[in-house]
Amino acid sequence: MSEIREIRLTVNGKSYQGRCEPRKLLVDFVREDLGLTGTHIGCEHGICGACTILFNGEAARSCLMFAVQAEGAELLTVEGLAKGDEWHPLQQAFHEHHALQCGYCTPGMLIAALDFLATNPSPTEDEIREGISSVLCRCTGYVNIVKAVAAAAEVMRGAAPHPLPLPASGEREGPA
Amino acid sequence: MKPAKFEYHAPASVGEALAILERYDGEARILAGGQSLVPMMNFRLAQPRAIVDLNRIAELAFIEEEGEVVRIGSMTRQRRLEFAPQIAAKLPLLHEALRWVGHLPTRSRGTIGGSIAHADPSAEIPMVLQALEGEIVARGPQGERRIAAQDLFHAALTTSLAPLEIITEVRFPAMSPQAGHAVEEFARRKGDFAIAAVAVMLVSDGERCTKARLSTAGVGPASIRLRDAEAVLEQQGLGEAAIAEAADKAAAQVDPISDLNGSAEYRRHLTGVLTQRAILKAIAPAT
Repeated sequence: MSEIREIRLTVNGKSYQGRCEPRKLLVDFVREDLGLTGTHIGCEHGICGACTILFNGEAARSCLMFAVQAEGAELLTVEGLAKGDEWHPLQQAFHEHHALQCGYCTPGMLIAALDFLATNPSPTEDEIREGISSVLCRCTGYVNIVKAVAAAAEVMRGAAPHPLPLPASGEREGPA
Repeated sequence: MKPAKFEYHAPASVGEALAILERYDGEARILAGGQSLVPMMNFRLAQPRAIVDLNRIAELAFIEEEGEVVRIGSMTRQRRLEFAPQIAAKLPLLHEALRWVGHLPTRSRGTIGGSIAHADPSAEIPMVLQALEGEIVARGPQGERRIAAQDLFHAALTTSLAPLEIITEVRFPAMSPQAGHAVEEFARRKGDFAIAAVAVMLVSDGERCTKARLSTAGVGPASIRLRDAEAVLEQQGLGEAAIAEAADKAAAQVDPISDLNGSAEYRRHLTGVLTQRAILKAIAPAT
């Protein structure tokens, strides 16, 4: 017996609710129940990073969380990066530097890079490589991804912050 | 794959969590950050009847200094510890080791208590707990007790925690401001499981080494203190010959396995090399 749970949460600044079993992975809930298929699912055991989203402002693998754990949470997925027709500086930089081929890892790369740059706005190349090491790309060999993250960092340092539907307090707090 | 069915509980207090665990009598699993348990559930290697999710228990996340002890709530996220000024100031060895713990998104969720309870042989946090002679506080049906690092890690994924106990707190003695420290690790990629790692904490008084603490990850069924190497340094000081002998003792003491990442012999060799490098780094003047 495994009861159905009601889940209310905010994704990309918009309120959603859905119902699912406790065993449903957050990534499956986001894709199947909320219809937000921009977040990809690859390995399903926390290795490939394609499913990385922001959970209450911090990058997390959504295949390693249950949807029930997101009750009351604020998520940001790749769909929330652009502001209308205006791309996020990371998206713009990935486009300009040809930092994707098949695009499968890209949603995870963008979100992992977003949290990384939030805590390290002026990274060295080595730091970028370590910062995105949680996401596997099997096409480009990372060179162009590293270039894109460096270029985005420069833009993001110089410009006013790109408005993202994020929780007000991005402080690095523990539980929930 | 997808996890098998389970009953889900998200208690708001430790007392409530203990009551639920007791009710399931060993058939429930505790969910902390989920970075090890959830993959095992996705593979159905773990199929608990129930999950007791500690993520809603606010009282388990804190960093506090109490005299010469740094107390850390078991559900404190690794990523929070990474940025905590108290950790950088009082426990610089832990601060350094955290950068080797998983990857950024796993540290966002992963907790200090979860890593210790899981006791992966290649994990860095148990290694630091050993080197700094920390202890944990566990609460269970019989009340609260403390377990020292040296009595905690028995074998791979096996600790002396009882099935119905929850780690509530991790306690580290603050490091001496004069202490040198270093973590040396070899992994295929930063953030991957350590093939071999050594942590070092040294206190010296002129030529003498008054305290040497060395511990391992990845080179045996559980993190251990390299006591033979510690004794060499404390008796012979920190000269070149003593460091070389300590590295030999370290390599001799460990009990690694062979797997697809490397043979036992290779890991033993790495233990010696990393021990030597870590000692040299720990005694190098701060830059």
